[in-house]
Amino acid sequence: MNISRSETDAASRREYWAPLLELSAQEVFGLMLGEHLEAAAEPAPENTLDVTSMVELAGSLCGLLTLRCSSNSAALMATKMLGADGAGAKSQMEDAVGEVCNMVAGNFKNKISGIGEGCKLSVPTVITGSNYSLCALANDYTMSINLLFHGSHIVISLQLN
Amino acid sequence: MENITVLIVDDSSVMRKIVERSLRQAGLEIGRVLEASNGLEALAVLNQQKVNLVLCDINMPAMDGLEFVKQLPSVENAKGVPVVMITTEGSESHVVQALSAGARGYIRKPFTADQVKEHILPVLAGNL
Ligand SMILES: [Mg+2]
Repeated sequence: MNISRSETDAASRREYWAPLLELSAQEVFGLMLGEHLEAAAEPAPENTLDVTSMVELAGSLCGLLTLRCSSNSAALMATKMLGADGAGAKSQMEDAVGEVCNMVAGNFKNKISGIGEGCKLSVPTVITGSNYSLCALANDYTMSINLLFHGSHIVISLQLN
Repeated sequence: MENITVLIVDDSSVMRKIVERSLRQAGLEIGRVLEASNGLEALAVLNQQKVNLVLCDINMPAMDGLEFVKQLPSVENAKGVPVVMITTEGSESHVVQALSAGARGYIRKPFTADQVKEHILPVLAGNL
């Protein structure tokens, strides 16, 4: 979905970024996995989010977009993306989550008018395990959305410096 | 066009499978699918094999899709082979760079099988 010109000023304002990030995720899950994400009423239990994918943003928007979920959700994403070719999807879960994170980041950047144009994305990095802490050194803006994919939490965060 | 050979270039193997499935859903009769995970690998494949169509991501390690399109004319086997970008990079500057470097089409991820059909069929028919 593209944003009309009358909405472009609004799209460049940060208070609109959470719904735009959610829309970006919904479009990726809808088109590439055939799935709808639900809003989560409760915060995600931290120890269940053992797969983290991250894409760095550089240029006019500088920071990190992360997508965290459980390894079961990651494997399910691979299965949904591979469809009938889904045999062995578990071994592809890092690849699938990395590409989903990449598409959410790209789709989000394409929706925030003016700023996205000068922003570059890195290739995704995927970490498995939950025993780590992530520290952005010059962090001046953080936003997270918490969604449910087949009843399991997916947390997508944007940290900007 | 029947039994075409397609080269799909993307650093995600899951995405390469999705692109292949979308091509089949578009009704293309695909004989062979070759895969590469970055631009350098794709150039190596094209030095060895003739293909009818290349679908190429932009953000990849080793050599990105824009650099690959720029280097493509140096490959004898690949002369006249259409390249369509399939990428998360949706900015106007990326589209302009890709098309002016010789890409014949541009599909943004996430995409539908219909969008793939819409962009690929005219390219294969030689209309773009
Ligand atoms: Mg890529």
